[in-house]
Amino acid sequence: MLDLYTRRRIFNALSLGISVLAMLFGLFWLGWILWTLLEHGLPGLGAHVFTQTTPAPGSSGGLINAIFGSVMMTSVAVLIGTPIGILAGTYLAEFGQRGWLAPLTRFINDILLSAPSIVIGLFVYEVYVVKVGHFAGWGGALALSIIVIPVVIRTTENMLRLIPNSLREAAAAIGAPQWKIITFVTLRAARAGILTGILLAIARISGETAPLLFTSLNNQFWSSDMNQPMANLPVVIFQFAMSPYEDWHSLAWAGALLITLSVLTLNIVARVMFRQKSNSQ
Amino acid sequence: MTTLLHEASLKRQTVFDMLFRNLTRLAAFAVLALLAAIIGSLIVGSMPAINAFGFSFLTSSAWNPVTDEYGALIPIIGTLVTSGIALLIAIPVSFGIAIFLTELSPRWLRRPLGIAVELLAGIPSIIYGMWGLFIFAPLFADHVEPWLNDHIGPLPLLGPFFSGPPMGIGMLTAGIILAIMVIPFIASVMRDVFDVVPTMLKESAYGLGATTWEVMWNVVLPYTKIGVVGGIMLGLGRALGETMAVTFVIGNAHELHKSLLMPGNSISSALANEFTEAVGDLYTSSLIELGLILFFITFVVLSLARLMLYRLAKGEGQGA
Repeated sequence: MLDLYTRRRIFNALSLGISVLAMLFGLFWLGWILWTLLEHGLPGLGAHVFTQTTPAPGSSGGLINAIFGSVMMTSVAVLIGTPIGILAGTYLAEFGQRGWLAPLTRFINDILLSAPSIVIGLFVYEVYVVKVGHFAGWGGALALSIIVIPVVIRTTENMLRLIPNSLREAAAAIGAPQWKIITFVTLRAARAGILTGILLAIARISGETAPLLFTSLNNQFWSSDMNQPMANLPVVIFQFAMSPYEDWHSLAWAGALLITLSVLTLNIVARVMFRQKSNSQ
Repeated sequence: MTTLLHEASLKRQTVFDMLFRNLTRLAAFAVLALLAAIIGSLIVGSMPAINAFGFSFLTSSAWNPVTDEYGALIPIIGTLVTSGIALLIAIPVSFGIAIFLTELSPRWLRRPLGIAVELLAGIPSIIYGMWGLFIFAPLFADHVEPWLNDHIGPLPLLGPFFSGPPMGIGMLTAGIILAIMVIPFIASVMRDVFDVVPTMLKESAYGLGATTWEVMWNVVLPYTKIGVVGGIMLGLGRALGETMAVTFVIGNAHELHKSLLMPGNSISSALANEFTEAVGDLYTSSLIELGLILFFITFVVLSLARLMLYRLAKGEGQGA
C-alpha cells in the first residue's frame, strides 16, 4: 500500500494528464475537420467556381450565384441588424441603470443569442414568406438580421461598459448634452470593439443554413432580385452534399472550404483587432 | 439677446437628448417585441395542429402524412437523447480543457489555445454535418460500431442500446458530433468562471499542500459550481437547437429504437427535412408546433443557464 502522499501525487498526475488529453482531444477535431476540408475542397476549387453558376448534375459549373446571394443577404442583414443592435446596446449600457426594461432586455437578448436558428427561420416563414406567398431573398436577409441583432447588442453593451466614466464626466463638464457625449465620445471610443462585434456577427451568419431553408430557399440560376428565391452557399452545400452526384459533392466541398475559411478569417481578424485596441488603451 | 439664444439652443439640446434616449429605448423594446412576435407567430401557426391533436400530440409517436396523423414523441425523444449523449461526452472533456487552460498551460500558449477552442465553435454547423456524413460516419461504421456490437452488445443492461447494424449514421453519431460542437461553448464558460476564483483562495489551498487536482476539485469547483452548471446548460441549449449537423447524420427516420446505432429523428432535423416539402395545412402546422416545442424547451434551459451565470457574477468576490 502506497502512503497517502504518493497516492495523492499519482492521482494528481493522472488527472492532469487526462486534462492534457482533453485539450488534445479538442484540438484533434479542429485539425481533422480543417484537414478534411482542405483535402476535399482544394481540388474542386478553381476559377470556374467564381465564374459559373450552379450546374445541373453531370455538367460543369461553379458557385458564383450562391456566393453572390450569400454576400447580398449577409450585407442586407448586417445593414438591418447593426443599427438596431447598436442603439439597443447603447440603451443597455448608458440608460439602463434604472427601471425594468434594461434587465429584462438583457436577459431576453442573452436567450435570443443562443436560440435555435431554425425557429427563427420558421418565424420569418410565418410572418414574411406566407404573407408574400413565395420564398425570397428578403426573407433570408430578415432571418439573418434577427441573428445579427443579439450579437451586436451584447458586444456594444460590453464595449461601452469598458469606457471609463471619467471620459463621460469630462465631456459633461464642458457642457456637452447627453446625445453628444454618447455619439461623439463613448461610442467613438468603443468603435473598435463594436466593429469586432459586427465582424463576429457576420462570421456567425455566413454559415447559417437552417434559417435560410424556409426563407430564401435556393435558386439554380443567377438572380440578383431579392424578391425572388435566392441562391446562397449554405443551402447549396446542403443540397449538393445530400445528393448522390459526385460532381455536386466536389462543388459542395469547395463551397464548404470557402465558407469555413472566410468564417475563421473573420473570427481571427476580429480577435486580433480587439486585442490591439485593448492593448493601446 | 445672447442669453436668449443660449436658452433656445439649450432647449433644443434637451429635445435632442430626449429623442436620442427614446430612440435607444425603442430599439431595446424591439428586442422584447421580437421575442413576443416569435412566440406569438409560432402559436398562431401551430393552432390547427393544437386543435386537431391537443395534448396527445406530445405523447403520440404517429407521423403519417398520408392519413394526416402527427405526434411529436419521436422527434422529442431524438432531440433529448442526442443532446444527452453530447453532454455525457462534452462535460468531462470541457472540464479537462478548462483545467488545462487555467492551471496547466504555459502563459504564452493560453491565448492561441483559447482561440483554437473558439474557432471550433466558429465552424458552421453545416460543415460539421458534411464532415460527419462523409468522413466520420464511414469510419465509425467500419471501426467503432462493430466493436460496440461485439463488446458492449452482449452486456445485460447496456447491451440493447449498443447493438444493431453498423450503419454509421444514427443517434449515437449525431450525439458525438453534437458533443464536439458544444465542447467549445462549455469549455469557454468554464474557463471564464474559473478565472473568477480569487487567487488568494487558490494560493491558500496550495499553501496547505494541496495538489493542483485537489485545488480544482475542492476549491475552484465548489466556488464556481453555479457558473459551471450554467455553462453546461448553455451547451445543452445549443445542442437541443442544433440543426444542420444533426440532419446530416441522424438518419431522419420516424422510428423509435432502443438501439442508439439506429437512425432516428430530432425536432430540428424533422423541420429541416420536411418543412419545405410539407403539403397540407395540418402537416405544416404540426411541424410548426414541433418548432414551438423546441423553442419552449430551449427557452427554459437557456433561462436557467442565464439565471445561474448571473448569480455567479453577482456573488463574485464574496466568500465561498
